Amino acid sequence: MKSFIPREVETLWTLFTAPTVWALHFVVCYAAVAIFCAKGMAEEIAFGTLRLGLGIFTLLALAMIVLSSYLAWRQWGFGSGDPPHDAATREDRKYFQGFATLLLSGLSFVAVVYAAIPLIFIAECQP
Amino acid sequence: MNDDRLAASGQPIRSGPRPGHNGICRHDYLLLLVFPLLASCSGVQSVLDPAGPEAAGVATLFYTMLIGGVVIWSGVVGLFFYAVRKRKVHSTKTAGRLILWGGAVFPTVVLAALLGYGVWLMPAMRPWFQDDARGMRRIEVTGEQFWWRVRYLGEDGKPVFETANEVRIPVGERVAFLLKSPDVIHSFWIPVLGGKMDMIPGRENRLTLVAGKPGTYRGVCAEFCGPSHALMAFTVHVMERQDYEAWLSARKTSSGAGDAEGLALFLRHGCAACHAISGTEARGTIGPDLTGFGERGSVGAGTLANTAEHIARFIRFPDGVKPEVRMPHFSMLADADVERIAAYLKGLR
Repeated sequence: MKSFIPREVETLWTLFTAPTVWALHFVVCYAAVAIFCAKGMAEEIAFGTLRLGLGIFTLLALAMIVLSSYLAWRQWGFGSGDPPHDAATREDRKYFQGFATLLLSGLSFVAVVYAAIPLIFIAECQP
Repeated sequence: MNDDRLAASGQPIRSGPRPGHNGICRHDYLLLLVFPLLASCSGVQSVLDPAGPEAAGVATLFYTMLIGGVVIWSGVVGLFFYAVRKRKVHSTKTAGRLILWGGAVFPTVVLAALLGYGVWLMPAMRPWFQDDARGMRRIEVTGEQFWWRVRYLGEDGKPVFETANEVRIPVGERVAFLLKSPDVIHSFWIPVLGGKMDMIPGRENRLTLVAGKPGTYRGVCAEFCGPSHALMAFTVHVMERQDYEAWLSARKTSSGAGDAEGLALFLRHGCAACHAISGTEARGTIGPDLTGFGERGSVGAGTLANTAEHIARFIRFPDGVKPEVRMPHFSMLADADVERIAAYLKGLR
């Protein structure tokens, strides 16, 4: 079976994947709840539905970040060498980027979880 | 309370230790340090001396943060001393592990717990009630530069009467405050009863509060609104239910009766263009309503004690008491007239 994950990712774009997912998740969560409440949509759709939808969206975002961390971990050689990876070689550049991406993915994961915590507690629109 | 604090910090501090009295001196300094701290834990305007459930929530959050902060700070300082004094050198691996667990995992977990706790506490600190909550008393408070217009609304939502710089509420009953501003952003804050709420031009914000014990408290403007922002306070009277009802009915039928000569001067010198006194011809709405002024806790929205001398001083030079206040000065009036008007206002019940 051919894996859907590319065999090798060596572009700078992977570095931005997790923070981009974080930013998107943040904007979608805040905008969705703000519009939902400001437009008085709670009368037609239950707030619980919105929470459920954002909960699923959160899980998707986290899955995306986990995938990005896996790619980064692989790029880092599964932790085979210790940082700082500062030699002027292609190998070290790759490891450095992989390690940086892994750290950024960790940060983004935590940030997405934090942004989602209020969903557990906030159950209605309050002006 | 503020006076006590001033008095405490204003005590003369000895310039140096006297022979044979070192212990006593040190003790005195300690008292000087500790007393203002203790004094600030109680009083009419202290978040740490709550008189309602919302304020109690704020105080609980503060103490939780304080204790947590002290524990973490002690840990960090302990590690610092350990790192400075300990001769033993740890391996890079141990150091890496410390950074991972102490520098990444620990703060992440602590912050997540704090965030969860804070969000969980929010409904208790700012409970929300639907507009149709039956029978909830409504008081409309408008922040003006630099005073508070207070209107008590009837069940139909229309003002029954107006007053200023003083809020009266019954104990144990949730009251809704409708907060407005015609000029700049102010913020309505009664620290012993709950968190603050901004008053934004063009908006009507809503805050509900309940007082747990009767007493006289102090509210302040908590958003910088101009030169006299700090001189914009109000008195909060939390009254027993029957006293409150009695006050309401007395206030509704207030006659404005008093020294007839004082009232005549008040009207002749044009005060009524801006001020109202119910039961009289004075119906101005630009400035604070002065009905029952003699009973108010202060002159100039919490600026001066309510005495006839202070009232006269305010009439002569309002700007000298409250910079950039909108009331013009009346220093051109005869002293006797000003004093008569001041006495009349002080006598209003």
